Amino acid sequence: MGMTMTQKILASHAGLDSVEAGQLVLVNLDRVLGNDITSPVAIREFEGIGASTVYDKDKVTMVMDHFAPNKDIKAATQCKMCRDFCEKHSVTHFYDVGRMGIEHALLPEKGLVVPGDVVIGADSHTCTYGALGAFSTGVGSTDMACGMATGKAWFKVPSAIKFVLKGKLKKYVSGKDLILHIIGKIGVDGALYRSMEFVGEGVASLTVYDRLTVANMAIEAGAKNGIFEVDEQTAAYVKARSDREFVAYKADEDAVYEETYEIDLSAIEPTVAFPHLPENTRTFDMIGEVKIDQVVIGSCTNGHYKDLEEAAEILKGRTVAKGVRAIIIPATQDIYMKAVENGLVKIFVEAGCVVSTPTCGPCLGGHMGVLAAGERAVATTNRNFVGRMGHTTSEVYLASPAVAAASAVLGKVASPYEVMGN
Amino acid sequence: MKFIGKSIKYGDNVDTDVIIPARYLNTIDKKELASHCMEDIDKTFVTRVQAGDIMVAGNNFGCGSSREHAPIAIKESGISLVIAKSFARIFYRNSINIGLAIVECSEAVDGIKEGDEIEADLDAGVIYNRTTGAQYKTQPFPAFIQKIIENGGLVSSIKAGVIK
Repeated sequence: MGMTMTQKILASHAGLDSVEAGQLVLVNLDRVLGNDITSPVAIREFEGIGASTVYDKDKVTMVMDHFAPNKDIKAATQCKMCRDFCEKHSVTHFYDVGRMGIEHALLPEKGLVVPGDVVIGADSHTCTYGALGAFSTGVGSTDMACGMATGKAWFKVPSAIKFVLKGKLKKYVSGKDLILHIIGKIGVDGALYRSMEFVGEGVASLTVYDRLTVANMAIEAGAKNGIFEVDEQTAAYVKARSDREFVAYKADEDAVYEETYEIDLSAIEPTVAFPHLPENTRTFDMIGEVKIDQVVIGSCTNGHYKDLEEAAEILKGRTVAKGVRAIIIPATQDIYMKAVENGLVKIFVEAGCVVSTPTCGPCLGGHMGVLAAGERAVATTNRNFVGRMGHTTSEVYLASPAVAAASAVLGKVASPYEVMGN
Repeated sequence: MKFIGKSIKYGDNVDTDVIIPARYLNTIDKKELASHCMEDIDKTFVTRVQAGDIMVAGNNFGCGSSREHAPIAIKESGISLVIAKSFARIFYRNSINIGLAIVECSEAVDGIKEGDEIEADLDAGVIYNRTTGAQYKTQPFPAFIQKIIENGGLVSSIKAGVIK
């Protein structure tokens, strides 16, 4: 029986010729990731195992991004625990304030993931690297601990849903609108336990950054992973950042997919997920006047340079509406520097936005933009659960950078076309 | 594995942000995490939960973040078992890895009300509602996962050499 892309990667890392959906396999890991929230629990468990050191100092990776720069003494203590651990075990890829970025933007940028890799991360958005043709998935801290100790993790081989993309996205429509559209269609458990595999001629029209955004939110549909077929764009992106040889897996012709969706990219409209689930999506024909208090542009989902460029195009020469706080967070130091050099930061500051150092901060209601009771935010982040960004009566509207920028200008949930015309 | 307790019931898509809000993730202290368990959807949970109680919920329980703090908070609060129609996958594996008992059973969830007295025998694959007298069958775990559970979680399984 034919295998999906995901199944082929799992088979190769389990040392098997073939695997099938439902089979339990123990696979070798190319990278084991954690952050300042999840690593401390993993370190406690790692010490419980009694392992003398990590399985590979070049493959264990820790990024201080959630509550860093430290938001309080407890957060500082957690980062210190990670720092001490990485020093003790000579971990090569430890990223602290000044070198860190938001983990899922940082790892691809640093060339730490290549096509065909198996990556686990104690962060649910680890599924992001599927954009590069890797199998990557979020796990908990105990899996991270055991991965650090043994270099292995167990998986149930997933079945899959195929998304065949055709056509090209319209101006001011991006990967974020596409993934919100898909989650709106299949629901927050629409891909539960399964892979989402993205193929078709339409893939070529999506930038690597759009693909990173789409794969990033596969977890929001309950998926184990999201994965894109590798093409010339992927290869160029990876080769510019890594010398490692890689394998680009393609699904077999007779691979089994439980469902197949055909998606015409040209028909996707700017899409917003209303509170309190990412599946509560609406297009602007269904959105009335929704006044807002805050805009956040950033996160592992949409903190790439391309995202900032899209926001800057709309904010250039305009001002943030009175009563709205607009917070822009470049996802990495390199993105921050490029935004400074190319004048994006000037555009943002002149418009009345604040530009922050890289951090996950507000996305999860940690710091740098927490909401008060009853406040509303348009955010380019990935979750809009009850209390996600602050008070339990606050509301988060998930959207693209273009929608978020337009919303900042108009002080309400707004389409980029309202500001820029068609 | 046998469990007896009173049911505490929630709906669909209970996410890890409401199980343990991110603002409390600046600690790994189990007791402190448990003291905020379910706070954002049910402020009364921590005051009324009793050791052995059984949490009952709908579809996609534990969706969202990979934070292991969520099953840790639930386990430490005294909940002995979570019965749901389905679990989000990371929450599912985290629960098995840390030794929080969980089981999927749609019929039981539909048939159990808040406060019902529940008995569950996961080895026999039976959930019994003492309050209504109704009985439900559950699917056994795959053998590999059963081994992890029997060894008290993933870390102990690795130490015992069950997983190499």
